[in-house]
Amino acid sequence: MTTLLDRLWASHEILRRDDGASLLWVDRHLVHEGSHHAFAKLAQRGLPVAEPGLTFGVADHYAPTRGTPKDAAVARMIDTLAENTAKYGIACFGLDDPRQGIVHVVGPEQGLTLPGLTVNCGDSHTSTHGAFGALAFGIGATEVAHVLATQTIWQVKPKAMRITVEGQLGPGIGAKDLALAWIARLGTGGATGHAVEYAGSTVRGLSMEARMTLCNLSIEGGARFGMVAPDETTFAYVAGRPYAPRDMDRAVADWRALRSDADTRFDREVTLDAAEIAPTVTWGTSPEDALPITETVPVPETEHARAALDYMGLTPGTPLSAIEIDRVFIGSCTNARIEDLRAAAAVLAGRKARVPGLVSPGSRLVKQQAEEEGLDRIFTEAGLDWVGAGCSMCVAMNGDRVPAGERCASTTNRNFRGRQGQGARTHLMSPAMVAAAAVTGKLTDLRPLLEGRDAA
Amino acid sequence: MLFRAGSVELSSKAPRMTGWTTHTGRAAALRLSNVDTDQLIPARFMSTPRAEGYGRFLLHDTDAHLPEGTTILVAGPNFGSGSSREAAVYALVDFGIRAVIAPSFGDIFAANAVNNGLLPAAIADAPALWDDLPAEIEIDLAAGTLRGPGPGGERRFALDPAQRDKLIHGWDDIDLTAQHGPAIAAFRNDRHANHPWAVPARDQRSGHPTGEDE
Ligand code: SF4
Repeated sequence: MTTLLDRLWASHEILRRDDGASLLWVDRHLVHEGSHHAFAKLAQRGLPVAEPGLTFGVADHYAPTRGTPKDAAVARMIDTLAENTAKYGIACFGLDDPRQGIVHVVGPEQGLTLPGLTVNCGDSHTSTHGAFGALAFGIGATEVAHVLATQTIWQVKPKAMRITVEGQLGPGIGAKDLALAWIARLGTGGATGHAVEYAGSTVRGLSMEARMTLCNLSIEGGARFGMVAPDETTFAYVAGRPYAPRDMDRAVADWRALRSDADTRFDREVTLDAAEIAPTVTWGTSPEDALPITETVPVPETEHARAALDYMGLTPGTPLSAIEIDRVFIGSCTNARIEDLRAAAAVLAGRKARVPGLVSPGSRLVKQQAEEEGLDRIFTEAGLDWVGAGCSMCVAMNGDRVPAGERCASTTNRNFRGRQGQGARTHLMSPAMVAAAAVTGKLTDLRPLLEGRDAA
Repeated sequence: MLFRAGSVELSSKAPRMTGWTTHTGRAAALRLSNVDTDQLIPARFMSTPRAEGYGRFLLHDTDAHLPEGTTILVAGPNFGSGSSREAAVYALVDFGIRAVIAPSFGDIFAANAVNNGLLPAAIADAPALWDDLPAEIEIDLAAGTLRGPGPGGERRFALDPAQRDKLIHGWDDIDLTAQHGPAIAAFRNDRHANHPWAVPARDQRSGHPTGEDE
């Protein structure tokens, strides 16, 4: 009668206060340029970093994807991270490191993310690492300072929620569609206060990359934690990575226990039928504003929806597949791993993009692998820009941004107003769907474009 | 109210943040749901040092106009959803906001708020107050109630007890945790001895970090 959440929590709980807050041990702490507030707090109090060997820095939020930093403020953010990590003896995957990339791509890629760990980072998409069966959650700057100073974190245990997906996903349909579908159904606050465990035959059949996409988007449904119980797929992914355990047999023996008991009751249960998941796109300014591509722009029923359509410049009743776009972006910690790039390339191969766009791999190692596979040529021959690794146009901090009023088909995770640049209009979808939109210049059902090809 | 962990009294250290129990201030309506952290503060302002003040960035790219002197915001559901950027809380606090009243909050936002003395008070029908705003609202943190305009008089708000205690006492987590040093050290040593896989292996290429090879 124990959940995966219970097991992970119990194995990290140092103590619990009478008011319910637990003090948890933190196995891995990842910091990035945005962690400067936390380092400043630490310096203010003259405190050391408790466990520099368990802390890793990554330059991503402000990392330039072409050339050098755009302006002095951006350069200063990157320099500050390098200085802070050097000062405290923290390993850093900075701009001079061939392993640099987005923190949620680099952690798993390097074997820093493992089943059974607690993973914290001052970034809400830290839920990504839960794909390994880890207790991974995003924290704010004050909490980052606390983890730096103590290698622990106070946290009230969330409720346990399970999303079970059964059946076969259609061709070209993947984790992004699944995630947008559940968030559309439950709302962006639907899983607030809960840790979501993804289960069922569909989830078991997903690759690690796809599980990471699913867990990454948990926070868009309000869940600070997303997780998948580790299995052979997980162990095979971890084995041989630079920081992975040398004694894998011993590790795997422990990791096999990380699952929910068969008869366990969850505080909340949701089930989805994979066969009913269609290629999904967002039309509004919240990830819950999502519909199958075969639908039309909805008639707004709430003030939020009215304001969203106004911001997005859309008219109710317009088929989603008639919405013309100005550019595309393939990147971010949600969808810039090698499989994502392969899926986009499978649609783009031998075709031209009608709009400009950026393809930014999740890390330099992903970039290298994609180039070895020739994917970069598919993108550039289609007319898209193949650029360096970083958060790029997901958060528009490094200078890559969507100009005001322009409409972007994007593989990122937030279609919030101004997220990709002031006045930018974002439609979220999978990498293959972004590729399809690039080919036609409109939001497009990718399925006809896949005919006669293998969906990667 | 005594705050205990095991038998250790936790209130002995000087707090870094000022605690508070009551606040009476001008409340304004923010007639929006899903006010995400990107609305609260656009990303382009986030490289600014905190010392320069974040109040001027609050809701910068939105149509919202908060009257000067507003200390309480009443908003729609899912306030503060989105990112972990604590800068969203800095913008509110530096503007002078002491409490946000909404039907629900993003989990990370609520934690960040409390860490900065900002109350996230959850009231299911918060938008019912909108038509009577702006007006004065009186908040009693210890009682978990607020008294404001409109019918119904006193309303109860929901807040996690751990968060309430922190706000009232202005507790600083680092100070609280420092008192558990021996328990933390024992836990760490046990974890690393019994679960050696939890320690990152030394990376072959860069040589760092320290780990099971040492
Ligand atoms: S890619 Fe986007 S969502 Fe992911 S860590 Fe970077 S800014 Fe955050």
